[in-house]
Amino acid sequence: MEDMKEIILEYVIEEYCDEENDEVTFDTPLISGGIVDSFSMVSLKRFLENKYNISIPDADATPEAFDTVRKIELLVKKYL
Amino acid sequence: MSNIGSYEKRLENFDWSIAEKELDYKNGDNINIGWYCSDRICQMGKAEKSALIWEGLGGVEKQFTFNDIRLRSNTIAAFLKNLGIQNEDRVCLFMDKIPELYIGFLGILKLGAVAQPLFSAFGDESLHVRLDNAETTAIITQRKHVSKIRKILDKMPYLKHIILVDYDGSKPLQEREIAFNMEATEFVEDFKSFPTKAESPSVLHYTSGTTGQPKGVKHVHYSLISQYLTTKWVLDLHEDDIYWCTADPGWVTGTSYGIIGPWSLGITQCVLDTGFSAESWYKFIEKRRISMWYSAPTAIRSLMKAGEEIIKHYDLSSLRHLASVGEPLNAEAVIWSEKVFGKAFLDTYWQTETGSMMLTNYPGMKIKPGSMGKPFPGITATILDTKTFKPINEVGKPGLIGFKPGWPAMMRTYWRNEETYQKKFENGWYLPGDRAYIDQEGYYWFIGRDDDVINTGGHLVSPFEVESALLEHEAVAESAVVAKPDDVNMEVVKAFVTLKPGFEANDDMELKIMNFIRKKLSPLAMPQEIEFRDTLPKTRSGKIMRRVLHAQEWGEEIGDVSTLEDD
Repeated sequence: MEDMKEIILEYVIEEYCDEENDEVTFDTPLISGGIVDSFSMVSLKRFLENKYNISIPDADATPEAFDTVRKIELLVKKYL
Repeated sequence: MSNIGSYEKRLENFDWSIAEKELDYKNGDNINIGWYCSDRICQMGKAEKSALIWEGLGGVEKQFTFNDIRLRSNTIAAFLKNLGIQNEDRVCLFMDKIPELYIGFLGILKLGAVAQPLFSAFGDESLHVRLDNAETTAIITQRKHVSKIRKILDKMPYLKHIILVDYDGSKPLQEREIAFNMEATEFVEDFKSFPTKAESPSVLHYTSGTTGQPKGVKHVHYSLISQYLTTKWVLDLHEDDIYWCTADPGWVTGTSYGIIGPWSLGITQCVLDTGFSAESWYKFIEKRRISMWYSAPTAIRSLMKAGEEIIKHYDLSSLRHLASVGEPLNAEAVIWSEKVFGKAFLDTYWQTETGSMMLTNYPGMKIKPGSMGKPFPGITATILDTKTFKPINEVGKPGLIGFKPGWPAMMRTYWRNEETYQKKFENGWYLPGDRAYIDQEGYYWFIGRDDDVINTGGHLVSPFEVESALLEHEAVAESAVVAKPDDVNMEVVKAFVTLKPGFEANDDMELKIMNFIRKKLSPLAMPQEIEFRDTLPKTRSGKIMRRVLHAQEWGEEIGDVSTLEDD
């Protein structure tokens, strides 16, 4: 199975970054860094739910839980 | 003692000349907001006072005195002048909340040009319609946003200059691009501000309506008069305050009260240029010793959601005064803030078109949680009958909010759209498009919008604009967009969609369409939910009945459906 972090990172780069963005890594702050805003977080959550066939409760979909790819991976694994 | 003192006493014999005198302005004088917010403050002996304390990601910090912003805004003005930009040319600011945005705003005004700030999260389509309407001459931006401009450049022959404030030389500049590094450019000590007059255009903010394209709200330099006085009396800024307005200058709060208000008073303000998190916000208040905090209901409700426990980890004792703007502040949020911060957020009501606060709560006045407060002195407000547009004298009876035109910051027109501007008036009253009622003590209470415009997180989204963009998606046959209730953002965008033959309605399709709108328009306009349907409710003449879907979403009575097409 392809590494989950890699898949999420690839999606984040493709959907939320453009060519002029600095390099995004597993630990780049996405929400507090302004790469993904609170409205866009909804589409990122939807991607994770579709991709991994899970449901993430709104209460757990906090800016903190979505702040890095590494943290997102932990969140997803909680609901697998 | 608050700056306003007694609200009732201020109402007696109020005249805007109070602000004119404090600003040493007389009718017919030159009035240039850029000069008032920098040079004048320096002349008042505050040149070395801190004007801007900026913090970016990772705690990176930059500080600027009033003399620093004077010199840098001079330098930006001179740079633009050398490019051939003239007074009344439109210059767009398309940036994150970096210092160049705040200082560039003053530079554009000093040149006599018109500042056109646009929210940096706008997608290429949203950007294009706004630049196209304004026929913008130049745009000041960052590398991270330039690709959106390059994508639409061929459609904008009027756009002569794309100014990059963070060009690092790693890739070649492209067509019409030029680098400007604010810190590396030799500062211009003396720049003679353009002799703008009261009615000279200053700022062009864009706002959305139910139909048609976004409208450019034209403001003038005289708006300073009411922005200055409302800042002083409502935000109650004192000489030693540290002020934090959380709004982005891509929207009107970020310029009227995130630049003009505080700096015309010579007040130190802080800016946090990172995404939202409760922890980072509380940390910022503690670190910067914020005393006056002007924020938005969506942010306040997000803080409520984060809980009270987190607050105990921070020293927020510097907070003296709190206020809110964007959409109505619910009573629960007011009560919560009083409980956890020891101060209630005071709601302020106004909009892009009004330019400054209209109905507000005041320091020292009894607060009724959930109420919009009372009219600012000098503002004649009323509730109008929805059919006759005559003032309703009955306490508690709902109607349309109306304002007597003539306050200093009122918009002067919609850019190249005088016809729509004229439609904003009925029977001599300006209609902001909201419904409310007045209680027996003269407090105003918000009921709702009088149109289909969606207020999400304090920002207006046009259903028409989203519906039009949806139709550009290859799979979408028909679309209808309405507001959906939301605990944090008050409303969010919901779309109802029928698909063309050959396309399947499923979760992946929903996500594809959501991302399509996010990139084309903005994250705010992205539907948070898409409901696929076989048909949409229509009149017999084929017009989609948005109100039927809206009523279903809000659990309201659908009303008259006699014109509804049979299934």
